[in-house]
Amino acid sequence: MEATKKNSWLTENRRSAIAAYLFISPFFILFAIFGLFPMLFSFYLSFFRWDGLDPMTFNGLDNFRFIFSDPIFYSSIQNTFIIGLLGTLPQIVVSLLIAFALNSSLIRFRNTFRTLIFLPYITSIVAVAIIFGLVFNNQPFGFANYILSLFDGGPIRWAAEYWPVKFAIATMVFWRWVGYNTIIFLAGMQSIPRELYEAAKIDGASIGQQLRLITLPMLKRIVMFVVFTATIGSLQLFTEPLIFLGRGLREEGITVVAYLWRDAFVYNTFGTASAAAIVLFVIIITLTAINLALSNLIGRSKRRVS
Amino acid sequence: MSTKEVGEGKFSIKKFFVYLVLVGAGLISLFPFYYMFVMSTRLNREINSVPPPFTPGNNLVENFQKVTDSIDFFGSMWNSVIVSSTITFGTLFLCSLAGYAFAKLPFKGKKVLFALILVTMMVPPQLGLIPQYYIITTLGWLNDFRAIIVPGLINAFGIFWMRQYIEDGVPYEIVEAAKMDGCSNFRVYWNVVVPMILPAFATLGIIVFMHVWNDFLWPLVVLRDPSVHTLQVALRALNDAREMDYGMIMSGTFWATVPLIFVFLLFNRLFIQSLSEGAVK
Repeated sequence: MEATKKNSWLTENRRSAIAAYLFISPFFILFAIFGLFPMLFSFYLSFFRWDGLDPMTFNGLDNFRFIFSDPIFYSSIQNTFIIGLLGTLPQIVVSLLIAFALNSSLIRFRNTFRTLIFLPYITSIVAVAIIFGLVFNNQPFGFANYILSLFDGGPIRWAAEYWPVKFAIATMVFWRWVGYNTIIFLAGMQSIPRELYEAAKIDGASIGQQLRLITLPMLKRIVMFVVFTATIGSLQLFTEPLIFLGRGLREEGITVVAYLWRDAFVYNTFGTASAAAIVLFVIIITLTAINLALSNLIGRSKRRVS
Repeated sequence: MSTKEVGEGKFSIKKFFVYLVLVGAGLISLFPFYYMFVMSTRLNREINSVPPPFTPGNNLVENFQKVTDSIDFFGSMWNSVIVSSTITFGTLFLCSLAGYAFAKLPFKGKKVLFALILVTMMVPPQLGLIPQYYIITTLGWLNDFRAIIVPGLINAFGIFWMRQYIEDGVPYEIVEAAKMDGCSNFRVYWNVVVPMILPAFATLGIIVFMHVWNDFLWPLVVLRDPSVHTLQVALRALNDAREMDYGMIMSGTFWATVPLIFVFLLFNRLFIQSLSEGAVK
């Protein structure tokens, strides 16, 4: 027993290493095929003209020239940012507020409220878009238009006009994600020591002061994280506009991902679709870099304070 | 205790506002579900009238019959179940296996390889969409569940999550002891590590399952034939029909949403804990 163990000590380590490589290899193999290769191939494809069937023909920067001279592409970028801002900024403020209320020591039925508020997140985006599609129907019988008519507002063509389209889609985003972010903020707030609030109360701090001086600074990192994921998420908006607007994807509501999807799978111009994907990639990378720089800055200032 | 009493007596206005916020938020959460339910019990001409109905009607069954006439509702639900559970179990297995290797096994290049996995999380999935479609057609996997399942097994977050959990949750001594007893590395994983990380399986499992169940873009691209549609793609087909029958569309959406809500209400603590933990880590 002793002898064999001494003998095999080296090989034992080696055997573990071989096992480890085997255990992690599925990820790397699958990622190489379905992640890395497609990524690189996207760059390649963006310089070619291709309809998905015939051989690809090289056409230099024509795909980029095409999308950058297409007003709809600019609209799609603009829409993505506007809907993203409309959907996420109020969402973060409101979910902070709800989380603060849920965290209050005064309430009963905390778990019931938490469950209710989280419920929209369980619903699929397709379902959300279908439900809100009827809420924001163009006709007078749509819920939003009916409510407006009670205040003598004329029916709005929600799925066709510039701001209404964006408002409707942003509402879908808001409704589905607000509960999720609430729960994340709540988890963060529960990790803040109660004594801080007690001390503040003794010093006579108002609720607003407590929120501003204790809760928000302690939540900085979580807020950054939520802002970051919400930004990336809204840059990838696709399902809501497709379901709400149908495959016609009106210019008022088309997003970048919807644009590239339509180019590829409706118009069969895979080259321009790839070019659009590259542009989206550059935007996402830029925003990620900005976010990292910002959170570094905030992290540093925090250290200096403490 | 004493602070609670002080709070209850002194800040009743505060208490009022807290409840106002929560009840308001709760109602806004619930209303679309109620609205969907009402519409799923109404005829299209009732929905199209002004004012629209706000109370349930009596066409619940009829509307759902129309749904099953126009799409294969139960077939697509079954497809969703198959795809989601296969990916969930596959991901749990592969991620915990890789997580175990990163947490407990010595090998060269560990840090670099782990960092590489984290970097892959930064890449937006839409970037490779078109070549992925091309690969799937080349493999002949169009309209085949493998098109969803195989790429779906890639989960960098899952590996990260499992590594964290195994590193903290499984003591070195136990792994060493099992090896002393002559267990192979895989046996250690299977007989020792797996039973110790079941809570992590539940958490990651819920995250993955929900994600796959609700996924839309990729299934829409590669599952063209109605016989392989997942529930989400089938719902979209229902919504895209030329004749808009809102009673029918809402009925399909309602019955597609009910199972998940039911499961959620059964395990809501675990669900909420899983999803918020998954985000905060």
